[in-house]
Amino acid sequence: MTLTGPVTAPDLLQLTDVSKSFGGARALDGASLTIRRGEVHGLLGQNGSGKSTLLKVLAGFHEPDEGRLVLRDREISLPLAPGSFRDLGLAFVHQDLALVPSLSVTENVIVSRLASRGAGRIHWSRERKRVQEMLDRYGLTGIDPAEQVSRLTPMQRALVAIARAVEELRLGGHEGSLLVLDEPTAFLPRTGIDRLFALVRAVVAEGGSVLFVTHDLDEVREVCDRVTVLRDGRLAGTGTVSEMSGDDLVELIIGHRVQRHEAVHHVEAGAPVVLRAAGMGGTRLEDVDLTVRAGEVLGVTGLIGSGFEEVAHVLFGSRRGRGEVEVEGRTADLAHLTPDRALGMGMGFVPADRPAEAAIGALSITDNVTMTTLNRHRGRFGLSRRKMEASARELGERFAVSPNEPSMDMSALSGGNQQKAILAKWLQIQPRVLLLDQPTQGVDVQAREQIFAAIREAAAGGTAVLCASADYEELAALCDRLLVLARGRVVGELSGAALTKDGIAQQVLTSTSAPVTEVEIAEAVQ
Amino acid sequence: MTVSPSRLLERYGLLAVWAIVIAVFGILRPDTFMTSANFSTILGSQAVLVVLALGVTITLTTGDYDLSIAGVLSLSAMLIAVLNAQHGWPIWAAILAALAAGAVVGLINGMFVLVFGVDAFIVTLGTGTVLSGVVLWISDSQTISGVSNGLVDYVVGKTLLGVPIAFYYGLILCLVLWYVFEYTAVGRRLLFVGRGRKVSRLSGINVTRVRWGALVTTAVISAAAGVLYAGTTGGADSTSGASFLLPAFAAAFLGSTTLIPGRFNPWGTIVAVYFLVTGITGLTIIGLASWVQSLFYGGALVLAVALSNAPRRKQLRDTEVG
Repeated sequence: MTLTGPVTAPDLLQLTDVSKSFGGARALDGASLTIRRGEVHGLLGQNGSGKSTLLKVLAGFHEPDEGRLVLRDREISLPLAPGSFRDLGLAFVHQDLALVPSLSVTENVIVSRLASRGAGRIHWSRERKRVQEMLDRYGLTGIDPAEQVSRLTPMQRALVAIARAVEELRLGGHEGSLLVLDEPTAFLPRTGIDRLFALVRAVVAEGGSVLFVTHDLDEVREVCDRVTVLRDGRLAGTGTVSEMSGDDLVELIIGHRVQRHEAVHHVEAGAPVVLRAAGMGGTRLEDVDLTVRAGEVLGVTGLIGSGFEEVAHVLFGSRRGRGEVEVEGRTADLAHLTPDRALGMGMGFVPADRPAEAAIGALSITDNVTMTTLNRHRGRFGLSRRKMEASARELGERFAVSPNEPSMDMSALSGGNQQKAILAKWLQIQPRVLLLDQPTQGVDVQAREQIFAAIREAAAGGTAVLCASADYEELAALCDRLLVLARGRVVGELSGAALTKDGIAQQVLTSTSAPVTEVEIAEAVQ
Repeated sequence: MTVSPSRLLERYGLLAVWAIVIAVFGILRPDTFMTSANFSTILGSQAVLVVLALGVTITLTTGDYDLSIAGVLSLSAMLIAVLNAQHGWPIWAAILAALAAGAVVGLINGMFVLVFGVDAFIVTLGTGTVLSGVVLWISDSQTISGVSNGLVDYVVGKTLLGVPIAFYYGLILCLVLWYVFEYTAVGRRLLFVGRGRKVSRLSGINVTRVRWGALVTTAVISAAAGVLYAGTTGGADSTSGASFLLPAFAAAFLGSTTLIPGRFNPWGTIVAVYFLVTGITGLTIIGLASWVQSLFYGGALVLAVALSNAPRRKQLRDTEVG
């Protein structure tokens, strides 16, 4: 299906037939993108669709294998030199905003000018006045130029970063510039987002264009004029937003594919509830309730920033939360839970960030897997090295860690084998609850199957498993039931036949906004 | 598994160099260096440094620096001198008070590091300086002598196999630490916390308790080194500890390059102390002035850290995230 809107304005930028391979993997396969003057253009696509590669080509970060770029009717040869986008009248604001939290708003705004300027005195009063004028110009009242960025709200920070980029474009003096916003809203609260959209429209009002990258279809509907959807590195479709329904967009993003069941899902309705969380909150989580029965694998997912990535951390007490958790009748306050207490309650946790949180690369496999069982390996003369190695070897055998050489450094194992060893470390103590955060991230196909098998076996043994992930294939293969989160709240639940990769993608994309609470309405009115 | 020759060299290199140093000085000065009296002096005179260096390996293993060890040593020695020689406390009570003072300093260090989240390096740099002020205050900036002969007897007076008994205190502490590091769950936890704070925390280890415990233990052992100091000299002066700070770190780091390369280990530390002292004694005997001591210790610290660079860098990278 192709969707094309009426030609209303001349094109600002045309990227055509862009291809890029990394090793054998084709990230972009003849993708195209056309942005008109004075429009907000949405760029959509699932993870791995090629969106970020396309942006990096535009920023001069990646050299494309093929492709053409026409900007303001002038052919520009690719690849672009890194950083040359500034001279072309392009500006990027990425999700991390690139602000220095310990510096003031003024310092952050003028930092790029200071970097390129020679020696000489800085006139602070003049700079502050200029920044104040800039903030006024974009209607950003309530932000003090002298304030330290770390004291601003996340929304104010985003506004400052965007205003800074807009100002740079304005001072660049190009007629028809392009502001690229790479998922600026993922970590922002819903309240006050209108100000961000107002800022985006101000750019368009001055004759510029905006490329707005997002996963959130509601935002596309609200702020974008036209949209381009990428899928598997190709152009899936492009068109005018007002002429497209939500279903059209979802269909373009996911594509037509045969629906198939990736796994057989049983829900043991009669099994006892092992894990229960009530009123769970965190940095982004708001009032989430969930239960997991013995033998059940519950998935938790959502868009980045929806709060799903916090669930396992909060439940294990590794990040400060709110609410209450209960494991087989024993309760704990999530505001005071610590990992050692969570362990004592019968929980185990496999974090996603393997090198930083799950494994100590510089220590041996034995040391790593016996961290949870030190008290079991007593010999006549204290801890027995021999018993520890024997136990590690036996675990390696059972969980197919290869090579099964316990005295090797953990870092010498491949990602998949490290992950198997980490799973072994937890499953050997037979936790009542196993919390997983993206358990097969960066893991090869074979290890992935082995890890799935080990998790299912643990569940079959009566462990309640909770798996937080953004990998829909993983969730479809593993989970009996799935909660979908948006803006920190549970907005959907899938189970049984609906629990397929595409089914999950559809649910995540269509339920991007949680019902607005009265508190939020009150905040918005202020 | 077979051990490769380069691995063997790494493990036992320092021992070999030590043997070479002894041989060279033995050939140069057979009648002064190669005497049992000289070896007895070398072994017996370093008990304070051995104990202090062993103590500091504990906090280094958990990934923290404790620079207050010298201040604690001075405080402990001075407390014994003041309480025993001036106020007439029995020696055992003075020793207990000194050790308790060490524990209190460790608790305070731990409070700033773990409750207020200040870097241990900075905290202990500060507390160490505060302690040197306290020592000047309680001693009125005087050198105090006249500590009970009982203590002096039990440190340098008695000998066993021709070596002052103080040497054996260091040896016993080394045995205890070796057992704790290698054969107890506590020792494993110290290592885990030092190598990966976040991983340890997420594996249910109470990282705060482990680090706090390490800071207190190091401080108490430093106080014990102060007790030995008072026993060795029969008194205390207000700067007793200052000259031990760098040698203790030099020995701990040099020790971490040998026997169990890449890990702070008690036997390696003892070997390092005696290697350094052998070198210094030998150089003094062949006629070099006492300034070689500073060159030797300072050089050893930098070289040792450079030698152990690869494993250390890894370790720092792992602990940074905590």
